[in-house]
Amino acid sequence: MPSIFIPIQIVLILFLLFAFSRVYLRFREGTVHFGTFLFWSAVWILALVGVLYPNFTTWLANKIGIGRGADAVIYLSLAIIFYLVYRTNVFVENIRQEITELTRKIALDQETRNKKKK
Amino acid sequence: MKTIVIVPAYNEAPVIAIVLEGLKRELLKIGDFEIVVVDDGSTDRTFEIAKISGATTLKHPINRGLGGTLGTGFAYAKREKADLVVTFDGDGQHDPNDIHNLIGPIQRREADVVIGSRTMRGWGQIPLDRRPVVYLSNLVTKMLFGISTTDSQSGFRAFSKQAVKKISIKTQEMEVSSELFAEINRLNLKLVEVPVRVHYTRYSREKGQTNLNAFSVLLRLLLRLGR
Repeated sequence: MPSIFIPIQIVLILFLLFAFSRVYLRFREGTVHFGTFLFWSAVWILALVGVLYPNFTTWLANKIGIGRGADAVIYLSLAIIFYLVYRTNVFVENIRQEITELTRKIALDQETRNKKKK
Repeated sequence: MKTIVIVPAYNEAPVIAIVLEGLKRELLKIGDFEIVVVDDGSTDRTFEIAKISGATTLKHPINRGLGGTLGTGFAYAKREKADLVVTFDGDGQHDPNDIHNLIGPIQRREADVVIGSRTMRGWGQIPLDRRPVVYLSNLVTKMLFGISTTDSQSGFRAFSKQAVKKISIKTQEMEVSSELFAEINRLNLKLVEVPVRVHYTRYSREKGQTNLNAFSVLLRLLLRLGR
């Protein structure tokens, strides 16, 4: 770990600690599942390691055949972001479906009640 | 044979009374029937007018789209143990006189699903600007579900009791038309197409699927398949 940080490292460390604290707090209050907590903890901790030890990303990049560490981080991040956007889309679609099912139940129940009144 | 005609309707107050009147006139000739208007959260008087017209009315408290609306109609038909289910758009584009031809193959047990095709007798009935969407939708249906159809987006369809029992509608909006083909494919249902007339008025053209939203329909369909 370098003894003097450059400004971008300080900004990133503060942000990553903040991000991690959010995941931890949401997990503690029970709004985030254990699996999600583990996933995001791994993401932020890995990012923190990359910021504290920039050589680590270069080492990783070389291992997988990419020249620079920064490039490896960008490729990996993009892949993760695309996947998360996809997951979010599916999640939203599921919620829409649940809302429709609820709407359907309300419509059918209302019709049954109207029939009984007659 | 108990026939339930599902009429999905969203803000159709200007035409719904005429549509229901025409339907009723034709259905009286076939005996045991029930017209079910599924009002998809209309903000006008669609629901009240449908009720006065004597139809069974189901009301979505909020707008959910065509798929959600047909799904509600199917759920009702299942609950009421319908022997035959017809879907008929609420905007007045279909001709009630075609119902006899549409339900014929199901009554004769020659089909599980009948599609009322607007292009079977040629493309003359479809306005020029609508043709690309109809053509591409047929192509996508063939590519994704392996079913050749002359009109995958038609809202005029008939289903046997068995088909209604097995088909599960999960999509919310216009992609329901394609989803039905996915179900026909998955459940190995026997499909027959019959030619139907279509009356495109300025009113009905302002509603329904536009060329622009066809892309978002396709995107949602792919998302659904890919999850």
